[in-house]
Amino acid sequence: MILNVKNIHAKTEDSNEAILKGINLQINPGEVHAIMGPNGSGKSTLSKVIAGHPDYEVSEGTVEFNINGEMKDIADLEPDERTKEGIFLGMQYPVEIPGVSNINFLRESYNAVCTHQGAATMEEEEFRRFLSPKIEKLEMDGRFLDRDVNSGFSGGEKKKNEILQMATLNPRLALLDETDSGLDIDALKVVANGVNSLKSKFNAIVLVTHYQRLLDYIEPDFVHVIYKGQIIKSGDKSLAKELEERGYDWLIKDYQ
Amino acid sequence: MDDTQFHQDNYKYGFTTDIEVEEFPKGLSEDIVRRISTKKEEPEWLLDFRLKSFALWKKMEHPDWAKLNIPPIDFEDLYYYAAPKQQAEKPKSLDDLDPELLKTFEKLGIPLQEQKRISGVAVDAVFDSVSLGTTYKEELEKVGVIFCSISEAVKDYPEIVKKYLGTVVPAADNYYAALNSAVFSDGSFVYIPKGVTCPLDLSTYFRINAKETGQFERTLVVADEGSYVNYLEGCTAPQRDENQLHAAIVELITLDNAEIKYSTVQNWYAGNKEGMGGIYNFVTKRGQCRGVNSKISWTQVEAGSAITWKYPSCVLLGDNSQGAFYSVALTNNKMQADTGTKMIHIGKNTKSTIISKGISAEQSENNYRGLVKVMPSATNARNYSQCDSMLVGGECSANTFPTIDVKNKTATVEHEASTSRISEEQLFYLQSRGLDMEKAISLIVGGFCDEVFKTLPLEFSVEAVKLLEMKLENSIG
Repeated sequence: MILNVKNIHAKTEDSNEAILKGINLQINPGEVHAIMGPNGSGKSTLSKVIAGHPDYEVSEGTVEFNINGEMKDIADLEPDERTKEGIFLGMQYPVEIPGVSNINFLRESYNAVCTHQGAATMEEEEFRRFLSPKIEKLEMDGRFLDRDVNSGFSGGEKKKNEILQMATLNPRLALLDETDSGLDIDALKVVANGVNSLKSKFNAIVLVTHYQRLLDYIEPDFVHVIYKGQIIKSGDKSLAKELEERGYDWLIKDYQ
Repeated sequence: MDDTQFHQDNYKYGFTTDIEVEEFPKGLSEDIVRRISTKKEEPEWLLDFRLKSFALWKKMEHPDWAKLNIPPIDFEDLYYYAAPKQQAEKPKSLDDLDPELLKTFEKLGIPLQEQKRISGVAVDAVFDSVSLGTTYKEELEKVGVIFCSISEAVKDYPEIVKKYLGTVVPAADNYYAALNSAVFSDGSFVYIPKGVTCPLDLSTYFRINAKETGQFERTLVVADEGSYVNYLEGCTAPQRDENQLHAAIVELITLDNAEIKYSTVQNWYAGNKEGMGGIYNFVTKRGQCRGVNSKISWTQVEAGSAITWKYPSCVLLGDNSQGAFYSVALTNNKMQADTGTKMIHIGKNTKSTIISKGISAEQSENNYRGLVKVMPSATNARNYSQCDSMLVGGECSANTFPTIDVKNKTATVEHEASTSRISEEQLFYLQSRGLDMEKAISLIVGGFCDEVFKTLPLEFSVEAVKLLEMKLENSIG
């Protein structure tokens, strides 16, 4: 197993009501999971809690991650420590960092993770060579490396930049939060291809998405529907198809 | 670890040097002014300059226009002259300095001994009221560059000093300029002869050590026609519970086609978390582009001092001359800064650039104050100003007070300003890419200051980034 979410309850500091109310989820290497659900159901929160976002308080339950072959509770790990262990969160809204060049940011990130994992770090020139095929694969303009992080990037460029970061860090668990939002169909295909090429039997991918659309290009092994902070239904990819045709209402009715 | 402990660790230059000191009695009088002049074996004209300045100062009021809360200063309770005793007979070589002093500067990262010197940079080491000496003197003399303490310059090059001293910042300019002109003790003097590009960067390192002592240094840099010099200034002081006064004057002069780049990394002791102690940094810095096509640029990284009152300025006299001001001012704890610049356009086609970045954290107050003045004679003058503030945490404040005064219709003046916060989302984004909190903050702040850091010499910009990192470590999260 790579990730074991056990009965997680979470809330924000200033909310009284929990957003996650007892989520259970097991993920094994080589698997692709899709987390779906209506807006406000808690799907983004789940990925942020796994990545260690400081806005969320875990009041009950544990998140265990496979570190050196052992499942370990990661509650005490800072977000950067989780990333160094191999968790990656692709953001729904990538943040702009003015004055910091993308290449510098990517290299700092890569070197920080490599240093922790005992791998060799890279100087800028070597790093550019290392990035070059990845940039090509994502059909990105090479000049964007010298622009400030996400500043003035189009929605599509921002999302491609997230996948480039994933490709750079080569995580064992990638949580992709609404990676498809804001992408036109061509960009969606490119991003999906990028993700597919990073899939292996050693890593796992979690797609958090509102729509079936992305799942036409990245095929999930499991589909989970979150509603009001709980997984109300799990199934295989046919569940996603069914949701596309029938919406969420029938599931919600069943649940109630 | 309690807070005081943390802050003591945080200011790594807070140590004191245990050395015997010769000082004049506390208090300020005509007699003290005369004694300083006598001690330095000064010529009559300089004593006269001091006495006139002192008479002016006595009639002046403490300035209160800045947005600063300055506790009353008892000028009678300060020492105006303090020097390490050994300096009575100045050693011929820096290698012969008191080992305590050598150790001090080594600890500050500025080794003075021949073998350990930093390559490519000549250093004037100023300790309390005196210059201990300058490195690389002979190398500079070969190309005619004069780099020595101002006291030596008064003795060895009286004509040049007399010709330029007080011509950019007259004693009557302001309260602290008058005070400095009366009691200035030491500082650096630079003269770059015609057509010479100074082969080394020149640097003055100011160290305040003695207790209850005012430091009044005076720096004069003259770049003759077609010359160029890169000048760096660093400052630190021990950690003391009392406030200490530092009231300096820096005058820069460029003649035709000459250029001076003046960079400062100011890290005076800023007081503790409760705002106790720290340096009052009340400094008048001004450059005069006298010649055509001449250039002066000020770059400052202000990260220390309890109170900063400082406006490095350019008077653009020569046609086509250019002035620039690049500033990063960081305040935390209870620090107060009121800093900025004045660009005075007098010559035709003069151009000025102002880039100011203020970062405030905790309960500090950080103000930009600027004046862009275009005189009727300054046809086609151009100015671009950009003032950005970044707030870290909720209790601090940032203000900008820009004044634009244009008396020539052909002038173009642009002003942009912004205020931002380090957001939790930015921090989380960087952290979730494997960067720890400190690294994340330093990347964000470094990015914010990028335009200014780019203008610093490389080793200074590395130091500046580290300094901001260290200062902000405890301010977030």
